[in-house]
Amino acid sequence: MTLQSPTPMSSDGAALKPGFADPVFDAQAVFRAALVAIAYPGRAIPLDRTFAAPRPLSSATAALCLTLMDFETPAWLDRQTASGEASAWLRFHCGLPLIDDTSTARFAVGTDALNLPHLLEFHPGEIEYPDRSTTLVIQVKSFTDGPVTTWTGPGIKGSATIAIDGLPFWFWSDWDLNSELYPRGVDVIFTCGNALMGLPRTIKVEA
Amino acid sequence: MSPTAALVHKDDGYNFAYLDEQTKRMIRRSLLKALSIPGYQVPFGGREMPLAYGWGTGGIQVTASVIGPDDVLKVIDQGADDTTNAVSIRRFFQTVCDVAVTESTAEATVVQTRHRVPETPLKEGQVLVYQVPQPEPLKKIEPRETETRKMHAYAEYGAMQVTLYEDVAHFGRIAKTYDYPAVINGRHLMSPSPIPKFDNPKMEMNPAIQLFGAGREKRIYAVPPYTSVRSLDFDDHPFEVQTWKGSCALCGSTTSYLDEVITDDRGSRMFVCSDTDFCNTRQAEAAAAKAAVDKVSGEEA
Ligand SMILES: [Zn+2]
Repeated sequence: MTLQSPTPMSSDGAALKPGFADPVFDAQAVFRAALVAIAYPGRAIPLDRTFAAPRPLSSATAALCLTLMDFETPAWLDRQTASGEASAWLRFHCGLPLIDDTSTARFAVGTDALNLPHLLEFHPGEIEYPDRSTTLVIQVKSFTDGPVTTWTGPGIKGSATIAIDGLPFWFWSDWDLNSELYPRGVDVIFTCGNALMGLPRTIKVEA
Repeated sequence: MSPTAALVHKDDGYNFAYLDEQTKRMIRRSLLKALSIPGYQVPFGGREMPLAYGWGTGGIQVTASVIGPDDVLKVIDQGADDTTNAVSIRRFFQTVCDVAVTESTAEATVVQTRHRVPETPLKEGQVLVYQVPQPEPLKKIEPRETETRKMHAYAEYGAMQVTLYEDVAHFGRIAKTYDYPAVINGRHLMSPSPIPKFDNPKMEMNPAIQLFGAGREKRIYAVPPYTSVRSLDFDDHPFEVQTWKGSCALCGSTTSYLDEVITDDRGSRMFVCSDTDFCNTRQAEAAAAKAAVDKVSGEEA
């Protein structure tokens, strides 16, 4: 007997986009890119495959969500993400519990970066368990066309010059405050198109 | 059943790399947090592996969560690729993910190791996975995890310094020769696993990604590339690595970690490289260079 699951629908009745064509190998490839991105902060790490992403997620954002999130990771979505088809898609494909409270989120997904809540509103982890902090996935316009910043820290040989476009004006001063919480603090994975860029809490940024 | 759980890749019933996707996701999340807090031990809810503890289950779970079909895997035990432990782990991954394997450090993309860091310098993008029997560097001083967690939280490492200094008082030097504790990124005290202290300096500012898995204790930690790794020491007793008077009897190396081996039943001994790939490569290079010289001098004669 073959059970055919019904085609999942979003709230407005449209058919949901599929998840990974190959859940095992796609997730492995995307995770490996994420590992490299976090290990070598400030480098744009392209994914070696593209995905049909639900609006407003980019290919890389969608792939990262499918790879890392599931029923064990309460996630917060910004308003733009929550209002698109992405919300139903994440619920269906990741079994993702969506929450309104930024301060308990394991993941946060922001596609409208200019209107992000301040970084200190997310979970900084606990002093004895700093790994429990929020990982923010922030979709940005460009890694090269924004204001120039200089990054230093583990994973960077010397320093790196990064020019992320589309962040709120307060972002890097918030990042300094985040650094002061170390070893607590949030971590960020930026996405742009089909590429990732890691910003773990250890990185000092001069804006 | 979740849509991602339904896919079983192999006819013999294994998932790719043995672990189910849910477990891999959990370990992958832990690995990203471990890299974000260098040297800090991330707890993870590992599943039971088909090997007894002591066979590197923590390292295997990390490797299984990282490895993909394009990887080339090397497995070493005490520097050698051909010991029982290394062979069985390599076979395990050949069975559950049909991955290419190598003995060459330079060709490997993922190296799983027990008790050594390869002599051949690692490159960017390579992943070194350490098998860790006991992840807690403070265990001998404080057996309670609730307490060691607080000590790490507030960087209270004075007791560890005192213990090491008691050695200096007793023996005139720090007696610890392996699993030598180091402070990572100026903050977290970390056990490098039972590698000789000779290997500690190789961890520092290494271009590769270093991941540590402890199966029994269910802890994952990491040293990112280009990260400071400071072995504990004192102003009047700086950290020093082991040195040997002679060189490797097989390849002549004076820079590698040497093992003393008994060569016959009369107790004759010699020193050889612990890293067999490094030693074999040097011997092959020397033989090739000698053959080229012989050929040239033969042509001249
Ligand atoms: Zn040798």
